[in-house]
Order: sequence, then C-alpha cells, then structure tokens
Amino acid sequence: MTDVMHNFELYQPGTVADAQAILKDSDDPWIIAGGKDSLGWFKDRVKQPSEVVDIAGIEELQGIREEDDGGLWIGALTTLTEIGASDVIKNRFPALSTAADHVASPQIRNAGTIGGNVSQDTRCGYYRDGFPCYRAGGNTCYANTPTAMNREHALFEASRCVAVTPSDTAPALAALEATFVIQGDGDRRDVSADDFFIGPDIDITRMTSLERGDILLGIRIPGKWAGSNQYFEKVSDRNVWDFALVNIAMAASMDGGTVSDVSMVCGGVQCTPRHLSEVEDLMRGESPGSNLETLVKRVAASGAQPLNFNHFKVPMMRNLAARAVRSLAAG
Amino acid sequence: MENYGPYDPTLDYAPGPATKEIAVESGKVQSWKPLHMSRRNFLRSVVCSGTVIAGSGYLFTTLAPSRADARSVERLVSLNVNGRTRRLDVPPNETLATTLRYRLGLTGTKIGCNQAECGACTVMANGATIYSCSTLTHRVRDKEIVTVEGIASDDGTLHPVQQAFMDEIAPQCGFCTPGQVVAAVALLNMNPNPTIEEARMGLSGNVCRCGAYDHYLRGTMKAAERL
Ligand SMILES: Cc1cc2nc3c(=O)[nH]c(=O)nc-3n(C[C@H](O)[C@H](O)[C@H](O)COP(=O)(O)OP(=O)(O)OC[C@H]3O[C@@H](n4cnc5c(N)ncnc54)[C@H](O)[C@@H]3O)c2cc1C
Ligand code: SF4
Ligand code: FES
Ligand code: FES
Repeated sequence: MTDVMHNFELYQPGTVADAQAILKDSDDPWIIAGGKDSLGWFKDRVKQPSEVVDIAGIEELQGIREEDDGGLWIGALTTLTEIGASDVIKNRFPALSTAADHVASPQIRNAGTIGGNVSQDTRCGYYRDGFPCYRAGGNTCYANTPTAMNREHALFEASRCVAVTPSDTAPALAALEATFVIQGDGDRRDVSADDFFIGPDIDITRMTSLERGDILLGIRIPGKWAGSNQYFEKVSDRNVWDFALVNIAMAASMDGGTVSDVSMVCGGVQCTPRHLSEVEDLMRGESPGSNLETLVKRVAASGAQPLNFNHFKVPMMRNLAARAVRSLAAG
Repeated sequence: MENYGPYDPTLDYAPGPATKEIAVESGKVQSWKPLHMSRRNFLRSVVCSGTVIAGSGYLFTTLAPSRADARSVERLVSLNVNGRTRRLDVPPNETLATTLRYRLGLTGTKIGCNQAECGACTVMANGATIYSCSTLTHRVRDKEIVTVEGIASDDGTLHPVQQAFMDEIAPQCGFCTPGQVVAAVALLNMNPNPTIEEARMGLSGNVCRCGAYDHYLRGTMKAAERL
C-alpha cells in the first residue's frame, strides 16, 4: 500500500565533498539519485530515513567519457535513457545499451540512474512489503516455505535469504568486467563487479559492498570487450515495468569461426549476477552451432536448487544461454 | 514575494475560459478564471477542503518541523509550470503530482498507482517524460515542467496529438488520456516521424486500463502525419 511519505530532512549538495560532509554528520542517511527505488520504499513506509541526500545536482557524477584503453567511464548519475541512446556505448558495449533499454519504462529510464540501478535493493515481495525477514533483520525467510510465493526467487547460492538481483544492467556490467569506483570516508576504492555485488553469505542486509556514507562515483568499463560480439536478453512477464525473471548478458571475441574468449552472466537467478563459468569453459575454442548449443544447455543451469514455484527458471536459463551462443553463429 | 498555500480558486493557474468576478467574504471583489469544467471545480473544492481538514497532518503541513540543519533545502521553491513561474511552499517529502494537483489545481495530471507503474501522472521536465507521482517537487525546481494543461496553445487550439486522439476516439474512460497525450507529444517532439514500433515504445510507459492502446497508437501516427 502506498502512502504519503514520512517527513524527512532533504539535502541537495552540489559537490561530492558536501555530500560526504552531510552523510558523515547524519545518523540515518539515505542517498537518492533518480529516486525510483527509494521513493517506493518511502511510500510503502517500510524505510523511513530521517535524512535524505539528493545527489542529482552533483556535476562530478554526470556524463560518459572515453578512456585511453578503449573503455569508458560512466558517471553514476547517467540516466538509463542516456546510456541506451549513447552512440559510443552502442558501438563498444551494445550489451549495456540493450540492457538499459530493457529497464522498466521510458519515464523510469528518463529519471533512473545507472548508479541507482546497480545499487537498488532486491524486489522480494515479502521484504518490500515490510515483513520482518532475515534481510530486514529478523530471523525467518517468508519466501522459502512450501507455500510461499517464490516464483521470482533464487536458484543458486541461497544462504537463508533466497532473493535475487533485480538489476538489468548488472549482468551486462559484470560480463563486461566493469569496476565500480566508490568514494568512502576519506578513501577512494575501485571494486570489481564480483566484489561489488554481494550475496547473503557475506551480508544478508545489503546487496552491494556500499557501506553507509559511501558514494558510488561511477563505473569504469575496460576496453577489453569493446566492440566484441555481445548479447543481452531479458525475459519478464510484461515487456514494460516488470523485473527480469531471468536475463543474460554475453561478450565474446571470435577468432575465425571459433570463440576465443567469452564472458557470460545471468541475472535474476541468484542474489548477485551469476557468471556461467562452466558455459564459458565449454565455449572457448569451439565454433557456435547446434552442437555447442546442446552442450551449453546441459551445463548452463547445473547445480540449480529450485524452490517450489521457480523450476521454470531452469529451462529459461538454458535456453537463454543457447540463444546467446546462437547470436554468434548468426553474426 | 507571493507565497502559495493550498489551492486557491481566486488565483489564475491555467489557461481556460474567460475571467469571472466573484465576491469574497471581506467584501472585496476578486477575479478568477474557472478551469475548463465547473463540475470538476466544484468536486475539487469539496475534495480539497476535506483533504485539508483530514489530511493537513501530512499534505499541507503548516506545522512542519523547522529545519534542524541549515544545509537542508528551503521549503520555498520557484516552480516553472507551463511557462509560468510560481513561488510555492513545499515540504521536502511532497511529490510533484501532489503539488500540481493540490497546490496548483492542475488536476489534468492524474494519480493512478502512485508508484511509478501506470503513467497517469506523466508530465514533461525539460522535455523528457517523468512520473510526477514518483518525483520530489524539490528535484524539479530548476526544470521546465509541462503538464497536459500546457499542451494546447493559449488561444485554445488543440495540439495535433489532442485533435488526433479525438478523431481516433482514443479515450474510453479517459483516465489515462492526459498521460498518453503528454507521452505522445514528448515522443513527437523528439522524433516527429516515428515508426509504429517507435511510437509503441514511446507510449509503453502508459497503462490504459480500458485497453484502448491501438486507438492511442493510431492517434499518435495520425498526429505525426499532420505535424
Ligand atoms: C515500476 C518499476 C519498475 C522497475 N523495473 C525495473 C527493471 O525492469 N529493471 C531494472 O533493472 N530496474 C527496474 N526498476 C528499478 C530501479 O528503480 C531503476 O532501475 C532505477 O535505475 C534506479 O535508479 P534510481 O537512480 O532511480 O535509484 P534511487 O532510488 O535513487 O537509488 C537506488 C538505491 O541506490 C542508492 N544509490 C543510488 N545512487 C547512488 C550513488 N551514486 N552512490 C551510492 N548509492 C547510490 C540509493 O541510496 C538507493 O538505495 C524498476 C522500478 C520501478 C519503480
Ligand atoms: S527471500 Fe530474502 S528478502 Fe525475501 S523474505 Fe526471504 S530473507 Fe527476506
Ligand atoms: S500515478 Fe504515477 S505512474 Fe501511476
Ligand atoms: S481510456 Fe480508460 S484507462 Fe485508458
């Protein structure tokens, strides 16, 4: 049920330094960028931070820059619309622009930022509705029971919590081996995608390695996969608004007719974007075709532990991996 | 400096029919411009006064806590809506949809889901469509807002999109129509010659519970031809 939001103090700092000072002084701060995840929490009255720091006015966090190694720097405040429309991203990293184009709806993409998209919280319905589950600091999981509604939940690496990553851009960025640049209190650190997204075994109350007071400055995509063969596909109930049941991102370099290197990542099946390393190992040195597709299907979802209502994600994952392979044969 | 509180019928907020004169209690005569439909104005005044009494705790907080920290935003904002700048007193937690509807009386902008999932509240900010229900008013202080009331020209001539929607009998119940109009106008501003697929994408952030999607789509294509 949505309601009018609670009262909060609102800050609109103009620089990262000001934002940091405010975050540091605050007992209960919350950053908003596009606000598309945050305002939902506030309206549901599930999260009620007393101090909200709106970072949208910070110039330093805007814009896309080309880097010397053929890669890109993407400021955290770049909107998903800007990412989808950017020619340089389309040319070098089409998996990312396609992913951005598949988020939510045009109005949400106009406001939603890439920083917010990768930092957003999970969409487990119980948690979002304010149930006192493990992730909310309680001591049970409402989604992992025989009768629970868990068709959207995890197949892999569950640890008490069975929630999944909701982001469409996260698998693309993980496949492209992006690093996340974070400004902490005093220090600035570069974090790889594998360390940025964290599972419940590391910390059950958050989805990323961002700690209170941290600001994500931007995302650096290395030149490694620039211009390679890339693929992104998302399956959701409706084409607009709905989160991915499963999505997949792939970057592959070809040598003649064979795959010389490949990076493939699935979203919506685990708390973090899941590298399909068995598929990657299988594909290297092989040529795409129906034989490879059959083999890839066999290993794509190996180790899956479905819950009561999400078995359908297993064939969905297999088929998406096979379709990614097929895109190489076509191109 | 003028300071606008809750909706005040003596103020001229939107282009519309001719100015009328009304006598207010103090005996002074003030003029006001009725919005397009008088029944709606009547309903709004009833709804509004109810809201003000029942909901003043959060909607139009006059007893809001004063700013504890001088670095936080001031409540007074200048908001540019449909080409006119207003000074408004807006609490930090107010959404643009609330400000437009209940402070400025621009009730063309609808609130359907109030959670970024239907598009009834679509307005333009610097030309890009946004969901006003899920945007803090303070966020758009420095932007130019256009609502459905600002789409027709000042002399009342309809925008080609509005005319085409009428010709194609696009609205059924009409609740989603303001959002559809704004989304279609924004699309055609950006891309005056969309393919039908592009138009479908452009309108994809607007739910029509009556399912009149094809009518809105035909209307948008017809408007593109006439532009
Ligand atoms: C109806 C609906 C449908 C959606 N569908 C999809 C979908 O299909 N796919 C998808 O991927 N997403 C979807 N989203 C989720 C999401 O809201 C958007 O993708 C958007 O990109 C989030 O960005 P934002 O800037 O609006 O986030 P915000 O709400 O501003 O921020 C989200 C979180 O990230 C933190 N944060 C943001 N920026 C920074 C920063 N620079 N540094 C540190 N922390 C930061 C905030 O504190 C907050 O916790 C949907 C949302 C809605 C409401
Ligand atoms: S899946 Fe995670 S977020 Fe959902 S109810 Fe269980 S513990 Fe909470
Ligand atoms: S009311 Fe804003 S999107 Fe539904
Ligand atoms: S016409 Fe009724 S909702 Fe669209």
